[in-house]
Amino acid sequence: MFSVSLQQGDFDPGSLENALRSGNADVGAIACFTGYVRRDPQRPQLTGLSIEHYEGMTEKTIEASLVEASTRWPLESARVVHRVGPLDVGDRIVWVGVSSSHRSAAFAACEFIMDTLKTTAPLWKRELGLPGDPWVEAQAQDRLRAARWRKENL
Amino acid sequence: MKVLFFASVRERLGCAELQFAQGDETLTTESLRDVLIDRGGDSWREVLLQPNLVCAVNQSVVHGSTPLAADDEVAFFPPVTGG
Repeated sequence: MFSVSLQQGDFDPGSLENALRSGNADVGAIACFTGYVRRDPQRPQLTGLSIEHYEGMTEKTIEASLVEASTRWPLESARVVHRVGPLDVGDRIVWVGVSSSHRSAAFAACEFIMDTLKTTAPLWKRELGLPGDPWVEAQAQDRLRAARWRKENL
Repeated sequence: MKVLFFASVRERLGCAELQFAQGDETLTTESLRDVLIDRGGDSWREVLLQPNLVCAVNQSVVHGSTPLAADDEVAFFPPVTGG
């Protein structure tokens, strides 16, 4: 019902979506999110990202967010795939898929899982092609997005 | 206990993992950090006292001083940036 994969290789969003439904006739809605490595017009020398993770804790942290999502919304299933290692501009990084009976739960849970992942899963990006391959700094905007889910819960 | 460092923290310390033999004294995450700074000197002080440093014990983030057991896995890392 819930699964998390960390992998170096690419994934196929279409196959993942089909697998999420897998003949479950209770599923009326699937919401999917795919994140990509984007170029930065201000810094054309950026060629990609390299992603490091804390093996074990990453899986555990994301799994906990899937379980939390299932306590907040009626979900049929949820899956996260996140890539690690070096990636080029244009590559897929992350996929989140959520199935439910109705769209509102699927949309909300998908966004909740992604916002929670970005602020709690022990993954770190560094930028390739720039001098020193600098580490990406955490964004206040990501923390604010994640915090919205806490406020609504009060 | 096992102490792990990740990303920019790992790189700046030049250390990904170390085994820490606990003495008679009961350690906490804060006292472990002090011992590591005493051993490592100024470069370790700068990295391990950075205000946004995150500490996890047995793969769960902890806040403030947390008691440690001999077989705990402790990790120090910068704010996360995945997704």
